[in-house]
Amino acid sequence: MAGASTTAVAQEFETVIGLECHVELSTTTKMFCGCRNEFGAPPNTNVCPVCLGHPGSLPVPNERAIEYIVRIGLALGCDIAPRSLFHRKNYFYPDMPKNFQISQYDLPVCVGGHLDVEVDEHVRRIGITRVHMEEDTGKTTHAGVTGRIGQAEYALVDYNRAGVPLVEVVSEPDIRSPEEARAYLTELRAILEALGVSDVRMEEGSLRCDANVSVRPAGSHELGVKVEIKNLNSIRSLERALSHERDRQVELLRAGGRPVQETRHFDEETGTTHPLRSKEEAFDYRYFPEPDLPPLELDPAWIEAIRATLPELPAARRDRLRREHGLRPEQASIVGSDARAAEYFERAVALGAPGPAVARWMTQDLAAYLNRTGEGWEELAKRFSPEALADLLRRSEEGELSSTGAKAAFELVVETGRPLGEVIEERGLRQVSDTSQLEAWVDEVIAENPRLVEQFRGGKEGVLNALVGQVMKRSAGSANPQAVSELLRSRLAEP
Amino acid sequence: MPVDIDIDHVARLARLELSDEERERLRAQLSLILEHAAKVSEVATADVPPTASAIPRPTVLRPDVPTPSMGPEEALANAPDREDDRFRVPRIVEVE
Repeated sequence: MAGASTTAVAQEFETVIGLECHVELSTTTKMFCGCRNEFGAPPNTNVCPVCLGHPGSLPVPNERAIEYIVRIGLALGCDIAPRSLFHRKNYFYPDMPKNFQISQYDLPVCVGGHLDVEVDEHVRRIGITRVHMEEDTGKTTHAGVTGRIGQAEYALVDYNRAGVPLVEVVSEPDIRSPEEARAYLTELRAILEALGVSDVRMEEGSLRCDANVSVRPAGSHELGVKVEIKNLNSIRSLERALSHERDRQVELLRAGGRPVQETRHFDEETGTTHPLRSKEEAFDYRYFPEPDLPPLELDPAWIEAIRATLPELPAARRDRLRREHGLRPEQASIVGSDARAAEYFERAVALGAPGPAVARWMTQDLAAYLNRTGEGWEELAKRFSPEALADLLRRSEEGELSSTGAKAAFELVVETGRPLGEVIEERGLRQVSDTSQLEAWVDEVIAENPRLVEQFRGGKEGVLNALVGQVMKRSAGSANPQAVSELLRSRLAEP
Repeated sequence: MPVDIDIDHVARLARLELSDEERERLRAQLSLILEHAAKVSEVATADVPPTASAIPRPTVLRPDVPTPSMGPEEALANAPDREDDRFRVPRIVEVE
C-alpha cells in the first residue's frame, strides 16, 4: 500500500482529517504573569510564583494575548464571544507545576470560522470549530540510559515555557487528503505570520499540530474510527504522517479489520506511526471554571478597533498580485503566501521592475537558490536585494545582459557578495550589441562557412541558427543573439 | 436525593490510594457534598443565566510589560531534587 496515490485511494475510500494547531503567541510576557516569554533562555530564569503555581498567587490575563487571539479569530472569520470563560484542565504530569493548565472549555473566545485552501487550483473551505486561549506547559527532558521516554530513569523540567500564551485552532473534520492538510497548515501559518501574532517556527515549537484522521468507504457519511497523531514538527511531517496513517487504515479495512481509537506517535526517521500506550481514563481532565479568573468580557468597540487594524491577508494579497501585476496563480501563491516574499516583490516592483519578470525570477532562479541553501527571503534580501534584482532586470531589458548572462551574474553576486555592476564588468558578462564588433564576427563566420551560407540562400531557414551559434561561440557568449540574427539576415540578403 | 459516587474512579483520577475505611468514609462525605450541590439546581430558575463567578467583577487585563522573575536559585529552593538549574522529577510513567 505504501506509496499508493491519493487518487487511487480516493476512489475507494474517503479520508477524513481534522487538525488541532497550537500557536505560541509572540507577546513580551507570559499569559498570566509578567515573566518574559522568550525562546532559548537559561532554564528556570523566567519563572515566578504565578507560573510556578505557588499557593496564594493569582493569574491576571495579558491584554496583548487577548488582542492577538481576537486578531486570529477575526482573520479566520470567527464570531468573537462577548463573554468567554477560562477553565482548569486537570492532569498529572510535571510539565505544569500547578497540576492543571488554564484553558477554555465550553465558552472559547472565538467560534465558527473558516479557512479556504487551494489544492491543484481547486479551492475548498475548511471549517474552524473554535479558537481558544490557554497557556503552554514547561519543557520536560527525559534522562537516563537511552533518553527514550519508556526507559528514562528520571526527567528534568524547565518552566520557562510554562504559562506562555498559547492559542489552539481547531478545524472541523473537513480536510479530505494529506495534501489538503498541508495546504491548510501552510495557509494558517501564512495568516499568523501576516497578523504578526506568532513566530510560527515549527522547528522551535511555536507552531505545533496534532491530527485526527479516519478513513471511511467512499460515499459513506458515517465517520470511521478516529486516530490522533502527535509529534508533527513540520508541514512535511504532517503530510507524511497522514499519508502513512491513511494507507495503514485503508489496508486494515481492506483486510476486513478495523482501526482502534488511539493516539499514535509519528516517527520522523521511519516515516511511520506507532501507538502511544495511554489509559483512556487519563483523558478525564475534570474541567471546571477557573475560580481565580472572572469571565472574560470583551468590549465590542475594542473588537471593532482590532478588526480595523487587520493587515492584508495572504489570500487577498495573492488575489491582488494576480489582478494588479498579472501574476499566474502558481506565481501568486509562491510570492503572496510568504509575507517576506511579498515584501521583496513589492520593493522590486516599486523600483520600476515589471511584475511578471520579478515573479518569474522569484519563482525560478531565486526559489531554486532558497531551496538549495535553505535560506529565507529575508536572508536572500541581504545577499541579493530587491534593488539588485530590479537593476538586473533593467540591464536585461536594455540588452546589456543576455538571459544566460543575467543568470550567471545572479549566481556570482550571491556567491561572492560583490555588487552586480562589478561582477558584470569583471567577468565580461556585458552583452555585445555594438554593431561594428558584431559585424566583424558575422563577416568572419560567413567567410568561413560557405556551405551553410549556400544552404541558407537556397531557402534552408533553419541553417541560420547554426550560423548564429558560430557567432555566439566566437563572442564567448557575449554577443546579443537577437542582434546577431538580424545582422546575419541582412548580410546574407546582400548579393 | 442520594447521589451515587464511584469513589474508586475519583481516587484514581486524583492519584490517591485509599484504605477500605477511607473509601467508605469519603464516599459518604462526597455523596453528602454532591447532594448539597444538587439542591442548588432545585432552586435555580429558568430566568437566571448560568454563571461561573458569583462576584460581578469587570474583566481585569494586564499590560504586556515584563516584571522581574525570581530566577533559578529561588525557584529551585524548595525543589525536592534538582540537576543544575532544572527540577529533577521521578521517571514519568502512565498509571497502572
